Amino acid sequence: MEAGLTSAMPTSRIAQLENVNVRFGKGSNAFLALDRTNLTVHPGDFVAMVGPSGCGKSTILKLVAGLLRPTEGHVFVAGREVGAERIGIGMAFQNPTMLPWLTIRENIMLPLKIVQPYAATFRRDKRTVFYDRAEGLLAKVGLTGFGDRRPWELSGGMLQRANLCRALVHSPKLLMLDEPFGALDQFTREELWSILQELWMETRPTVFLVTHDLREAAFLASRILVMSARPGRVTEDRQVDLARPRTLETTFQPEFTDLTNDLRRLIVEARQAKEPAQ
Amino acid sequence: MTLSQRSLDHVKSASFIVLLFLAWEVSCVLFGISPIVLPPPSTVISTLIVQMPALWPHILQTLLTTMVGFLLGMVIGVALGAIVGVSRTAYNVAYPLLVGFSSIPKVAVVPIFVLWFGSGTLPAILTALTTCIFPIVVNVATGLATTEPEMEDVLKALGANRSQVFWNVSLPRTMPYFFASLKVAVTLAFVGTVLSETVAANRGIGTVMMMATASFDVPLAFAGLLALALLGILLYAVFAVIEQRICGWANRKQEFAMG
Repeated sequence: MEAGLTSAMPTSRIAQLENVNVRFGKGSNAFLALDRTNLTVHPGDFVAMVGPSGCGKSTILKLVAGLLRPTEGHVFVAGREVGAERIGIGMAFQNPTMLPWLTIRENIMLPLKIVQPYAATFRRDKRTVFYDRAEGLLAKVGLTGFGDRRPWELSGGMLQRANLCRALVHSPKLLMLDEPFGALDQFTREELWSILQELWMETRPTVFLVTHDLREAAFLASRILVMSARPGRVTEDRQVDLARPRTLETTFQPEFTDLTNDLRRLIVEARQAKEPAQ
Repeated sequence: MTLSQRSLDHVKSASFIVLLFLAWEVSCVLFGISPIVLPPPSTVISTLIVQMPALWPHILQTLLTTMVGFLLGMVIGVALGAIVGVSRTAYNVAYPLLVGFSSIPKVAVVPIFVLWFGSGTLPAILTALTTCIFPIVVNVATGLATTEPEMEDVLKALGANRSQVFWNVSLPRTMPYFFASLKVAVTLAFVGTVLSETVAANRGIGTVMMMATASFDVPLAFAGLLALALLGILLYAVFAVIEQRICGWANRKQEFAMG
């Protein structure tokens, strides 16, 4: 189906999927993870992807991040076909994967060591400009004073805050979040929604968020894609026009609850549609 | 773990060793065991001290042979482990071979080395090498092969190339595996050296012990054992200290479990 926005200027696309199929496995074990998907994403979009498990949400993420090649079709990021050149995409998973031999600050500065133009001056700036940059981010996520700690000294919620810092430290144009708050308790999660929203509103990177939490999608996203069960397909593409900054009060408004109920209904339908096929 | 607790553990460990030696001493006297069967530790220690001038060149010989064999084993082991750990194909091809090779008792290999290189230091070095190499290969390969895929994805999305992934993630995370294997390997290298020395050599602790048992000088044989044990502990401790300095982060649980 046609999933992109209509009449988009070519220059205003940061990521585009054209008739993308992704097939995993070989022979009789092969299955279609993503089926003829078209998608256009504009700079500054906050795209949340929801859908039943195994519907290819993470597959889209990996395609755009250049970690996976499409079996058929084309993926363009920042005007180039993915695979040609990487643009330094920020990424955060449910597992914070902080490196235990580095301090929290060193972990956060890791992308600066790899992504240009920062990498060129990393040795010179790591004690001055980059240090301050890391400290600034730590302050924004409420981790002031934890820069010198080691990852194992921090709780899961704190690690996930640091993980956000690491994903954003190099001011990426694209931010990939694969269920970043999935393992956190409700309160920490809601707190991190607000922090993430704030960070996003400052620099407006394009965000792809994979989540199972419909309230999370509705709270954060400017656009929500609902996907069908395997083979994955975008079945619904919805703009979220709730005013920002959204707060916890927003989540009690009728527009918000209507939206999440709608989403829930769509996903239940997607799940049921899968049953006869099995 | 607090400092006082740690020093208490040291005291416990030391007193356990002293107690063990005391029990050995007492039972030798109590049951009237002949020194030809089992000499009491006092005799063993005094023999070691008295015979030290004569033993010293042999100790040095064994130590040097072990270190050369161990260092060669380390270099080759790291190289093999790196190949096996990085390449899936190399893993599949080489692993059965490695397992087969490590299953061969090294006693059986010594005569072949002697046949090829004559008796003396060279077969001892080679035996030490072949005895100690397996744990190094396996641990280095494991460390390199088990990098979290998510961490690798984060770096690849940033645009990191293979060498950046290696230096920033794979190498540091392999260090604890590597040092754990070194501690085991260095003691195994001793086993290899002494094994070869007992079969075919005219110098080294192994040779001394063979000659001592042949002339029923059991206290001297035990003095050789004691010297080996002490050398083993010494080298183990050296690598434990280096390990602590380079990858102390991997031992965090001891210090932070309470926090």
